[in-house]
Amino acid sequence: MSEAADRAGVVRRLPLADRLSRLAPVLLVPVLVLVGLAAISSTSSWLTLTVSGLAMGMMIFIMASGLTLVFGLMDVINFGHGAFISVGAFVGVSLLMALGEMTGAPSLALNLVALFLAVLAAMAATAVMGWAFERVIVRPVYGAHLKQILVTVGGLIVVEQLIAVIWGPEEIYLTRPEMLKGAVTFAGAALERYRLVAVAVGLVLFLAMRWVLRRTRIGLIVRAGVEDGEMVQALGYRLRLVFVVVFVAGSALAGLGGVMWGLYQEVVTAGMGEEMMILVFIVVIIGGLGSVEGCFIGALLVGLMQNYVAFLEPKLALMSNIGLLVVILMWRPQGMMPVVKAK
Amino acid sequence: MIVHLLAGDRPRSAALALILTAILVSLAFAPFLFPGTRSLETAARICIFIVLVASYDLLLGYTGIVSFAHTMFFGLGAYGVALGCEHIGRSFPALGAGALAGAFAAVALALVIGLFSLRVRAIFFAMITLAVASAFAVLVSQFSGLTGGEDGLNYSIPRALTPALTIVEGELFGTRLNGKLLNYYLVFFSALILFLLLLRIVNSPFGSVLKAIRENDFRAEAVGYRVVRYRIAATCISAAAASLAGSLFAIWLRYVGPDTVLSFEIMLDILLMVVIGGMGTMYGAVIGATLFVLAQNYLQTLMSGASEATAGLFLLPDLLNSDRWLLWLGVLFILSVYFFPDGVVGRLRRSR
Repeated sequence: MSEAADRAGVVRRLPLADRLSRLAPVLLVPVLVLVGLAAISSTSSWLTLTVSGLAMGMMIFIMASGLTLVFGLMDVINFGHGAFISVGAFVGVSLLMALGEMTGAPSLALNLVALFLAVLAAMAATAVMGWAFERVIVRPVYGAHLKQILVTVGGLIVVEQLIAVIWGPEEIYLTRPEMLKGAVTFAGAALERYRLVAVAVGLVLFLAMRWVLRRTRIGLIVRAGVEDGEMVQALGYRLRLVFVVVFVAGSALAGLGGVMWGLYQEVVTAGMGEEMMILVFIVVIIGGLGSVEGCFIGALLVGLMQNYVAFLEPKLALMSNIGLLVVILMWRPQGMMPVVKAK
Repeated sequence: MIVHLLAGDRPRSAALALILTAILVSLAFAPFLFPGTRSLETAARICIFIVLVASYDLLLGYTGIVSFAHTMFFGLGAYGVALGCEHIGRSFPALGAGALAGAFAAVALALVIGLFSLRVRAIFFAMITLAVASAFAVLVSQFSGLTGGEDGLNYSIPRALTPALTIVEGELFGTRLNGKLLNYYLVFFSALILFLLLLRIVNSPFGSVLKAIRENDFRAEAVGYRVVRYRIAATCISAAAASLAGSLFAIWLRYVGPDTVLSFEIMLDILLMVVIGGMGTMYGAVIGATLFVLAQNYLQTLMSGASEATAGLFLLPDLLNSDRWLLWLGVLFILSVYFFPDGVVGRLRRSR
């Protein structure tokens, strides 16, 4: 036997408890779903609620992912993120209404093309806006949390008011594209088509984001930047540029989330971004600031919780999410999967 | 004597001292100097907002914490008085009990929020207060059986505080001597006492610790102060003061509703008043609140005039519409945070 063999490390499996505690946040989602099943006696309404909860969670995730990455990367907290949600919704919905012939036609292809164009327009608009927002509002207040919060709130108000100037102060009602209306019946439960589409889109986006972050060079730099920005800069990467790219991408995603949310609710208002920000913040905090996976799980939990509780006791829906936040913070004060160390 | 009352915190600028005296004198004799219902309303509003803004400044300016739940505490005090009057009856004990219950609830809620969010990082606090405050506003409008929902509550306050009571027949400088006048002085003196109390708190050793935390929390912790406890204590004190201001508002208006005490717009007003006046100076609250309430009352009229004058031009009438008041507030807010971060008071003190 050679000496080297003696020195070779032994890779032992972690004890079961450790592995479980690492997996615990992921396991929370099925646990919540099962609790929901126990609380809601009827299986068919449980299935309907679960699908709509997942759909809502996916949309919240799309809106929140940019925020959490921006925070992780540059320690910038953007209270104006909701503005992108509203603007995205208004741009997308305006285009959808302009393309009324395509959305009204009973052809899936035409509907999807219209939807795709609307989403593209919304994302382009919010990306440009994100770039401008970063330049004008965020850049002068780097490193000062207090001023960041104040200034970005100011930015949110200004954008909301500008929406009211451009599109008028009233809410806009809309109808979904023809082929996305209605529901399919599965196991006795009515599942709205649109919600299934939303779940699919959210899932694809999450997997794509994970792939970009884990398998590409830019993802590597972003993750390293979240972990230790100074070191990445010392190695010669221009983290500022990466940050702007992430900020713009996050804004575009918020715009996409806005369009999807508008179609989900079938109404858009200038204040919708501000309302969604509340759920987005809850998600970002319970997920752990800076973590995309945590954000995804947090969003699913919040979406499911909201739908189950709204079915059981409508008045407590928003409170239940605050309860969820409190419970999670008691369990893990930094959120479920914190990436950024507490400062 | 005066310096003692001010807790040794002199204005440190002749111009500032002059302005503050002018505001104090105007508010003290407002019913006689500016007779008329509208100006009395404005004066009472200024008194109440001075306390509200000063209590917010204790958090934002002195401790360096951003909270979005200040209107919630304000609303708790206001609804406390409203519910007290509604359920206990039309008496002074009812007012007192309502105000106390509101203040107690505000402190308890502030304690819980503080425990959960300030423990890890102060930035959680801003997000969590935003969430809790909006959930609270939703709850208030949903439980309409208790709170009157969106319509709010109208209730009657003790007769001694209403125009129904006449102290002396006749007028003094054009103002009738009735219960409304008593009500105004109740608001004025309560506000004055609360303000002086807050001034004392920020100039006490406790206040110095808060400022140390604002400047460098890590160092404050290293020196041996439990930063979390001080932050939570500041949150609770500020919540109590805000809730008492809310009680005064409820007594003065004889009405509470979500739009008047809980809306996000009021939160924004408070933020703007603090920033305009000058963060981290109690006197800033006085100047910010006075300037802002005056502007709010008289500028909106001006805006609708400007909107009509520009009718027919592209976009301008919409931008100047008095419903778009918030747009200009937002712009003003951003500009003042960038270019005017120490506000009117800071500017006056520097140009001494």
